[in-house]
Amino acid sequence: MQTDKDLKVRSALFKRGFGSNIEGKAIKWVLLACALLSVLTTIGIVVTLVVQGWNFFMEISLWDFLTGTRWSPILKPRSHGVLPLVSGTMLVSVIAILFAAPVGLGAAIYLSEYAADRVRRIVKPVLEVLAGVPTIVYGYFALTFVTPYLQKIIPNLIVFNALSAGLVMGIMIIPMVSSLSEDAMMAVPRSLRNGAYALGATRFEVALRVVVPAALSGIVASFILAISRAIGETMLVTIAAGATPRLTANPLESIQTMTAYIVQLSLGEAPFGSIEYNTIFAVGLLLFFITLFMNLIGSLIVNKWRQKYE
Amino acid sequence: MNSPIGIEHFSPKLNRRKRFGQFIYLLLLSCVLIGIMGLLLLLVRILFDGIDWLSWHFLTNFPSRHPEIAGMKSAIFGTIWTIGLTGIFTVPIGIGAAIYLEEYSPKNWFTQIVEINISNLAGVPSIVYGLLGLALFVQWMSIGRTVLAGALTLALLVLPIVILASREAIRAVPDSYRQASYALGATKWQTQKSVVLPIAMPSVLTGVILALSRAIGEAAPIIAISALVYLTFIPTNPLSRFTVMPIQIFNWVSRPQDEFRGLAAAGIIILLIILLGMNSFAIYFRNRYQKQSEE
Repeated sequence: MQTDKDLKVRSALFKRGFGSNIEGKAIKWVLLACALLSVLTTIGIVVTLVVQGWNFFMEISLWDFLTGTRWSPILKPRSHGVLPLVSGTMLVSVIAILFAAPVGLGAAIYLSEYAADRVRRIVKPVLEVLAGVPTIVYGYFALTFVTPYLQKIIPNLIVFNALSAGLVMGIMIIPMVSSLSEDAMMAVPRSLRNGAYALGATRFEVALRVVVPAALSGIVASFILAISRAIGETMLVTIAAGATPRLTANPLESIQTMTAYIVQLSLGEAPFGSIEYNTIFAVGLLLFFITLFMNLIGSLIVNKWRQKYE
Repeated sequence: MNSPIGIEHFSPKLNRRKRFGQFIYLLLLSCVLIGIMGLLLLLVRILFDGIDWLSWHFLTNFPSRHPEIAGMKSAIFGTIWTIGLTGIFTVPIGIGAAIYLEEYSPKNWFTQIVEINISNLAGVPSIVYGLLGLALFVQWMSIGRTVLAGALTLALLVLPIVILASREAIRAVPDSYRQASYALGATKWQTQKSVVLPIAMPSVLTGVILALSRAIGEAAPIIAISALVYLTFIPTNPLSRFTVMPIQIFNWVSRPQDEFRGLAAAGIIILLIILLGMNSFAIYFRNRYQKQSEE
């Protein structure tokens, strides 16, 4: 039999439950909105770049932009071929990855296969500090230390050159290569190593013939993500690589990257809506798609490899 | 006696292989050392270049054409304003998104898109965020080249970092706490607010500090937003024009005279000290909390 008291408690519970349900729903929507903001950011990036870039492509055809070999958006005669900027970007990134891939992979093999736990616990954070140093600092280092040093070895080297920027960029992306590659190697099951040891392989043979091939997809992904990082890097190349757009593969020359061009033009405060102003969005759009494409490939490879061992 | 598989010709050459292994070991070790030496060289070089230019008036003077009296007051205040506002924008939104993704979101294609999107945003070059901010905040919303526009841009830039760190912190809270809370009759939100978040908070804050230290070092997006490298006043409100420390350093680096390079090095020392301070605080904070929870 129900008493009055029971009913009161029940209705109180019901009320509270009902009330917090509405509150709970409202809160869920607010939290969802927070999560959606990240999607809106991506949409925002694409929309702003496309809309602003559109103004540019109204005057310059996409074909001329992508295939032109001379970039001179301010000085007359004007020309809007983006290839010199792309080649400059690629030149610096290739130098960086040629340096960072072997060194980063070597460090990763050492950390995963050789280093004692104690050593790894010290070395890993130190390498990660390299990734946390602001890129403006690397720019300073490249310009005031590495370039003068290189000039002693290569006498005719000019102050602003792709080589110095590329080498320092290589140091900067070592931690990306090493930590992602190490993760991949650590995920290789112990039993594979033990099998190789049982066949009489030495430690190095186990590392090179068993662990590295088993972790190859993760290692390749680390290279791709590191290159993508190098392509998007801005201040280092702005300071050390120069401001002369040039279609060249010679690392001793002064070049200009896509990112450095955007900075150079931004510093000039070009009036909103002018063709010069719109060029940075066209270049930015290209930059965004290149890095997006590489990041997608990189994370696809990483995910595929994860499924393999987990 | 002849063995059918010719085993008598097999020689393991173990000594040679081991010696080769030793050589490779040294090679791998030197790879690690290259990274560490690079870092040391960089720090020593900057300390060496900049130490003579450090002084009290370097912190309290405005930039100047005369290197001996130049300082980075406007840049320091600009950084404090910008990073403060960035934190105010990004922290609640980042934590909210993390709670949603960890505790509320259904497992469906939409959630998956949001997650892929967040990890991809973390890989977008910072200068592209600068272009987003320039078009969206400065131009379309007519906020102008102000502290507010800079802070909004940086907030979007570090949002993925805050979300990822907060998600990990929330995921680390044991389920038993949530169940205990539900058993006491708490609603989902009450459980989040009073049980999950307080426990996750130290790790969340560690992530926030690391995210903000990334924002402090960013120069590229702020150049797109502010376009100013030389400024002799400090921001008084969110709609002031501004400059930040990395941009002031960039300005000094790009001048050819040695004196300005010295100033740049001094500026870098200050910047690195701030970053080091923030990072050690984050690590100390995390360790202290971890010890407490183990007790």
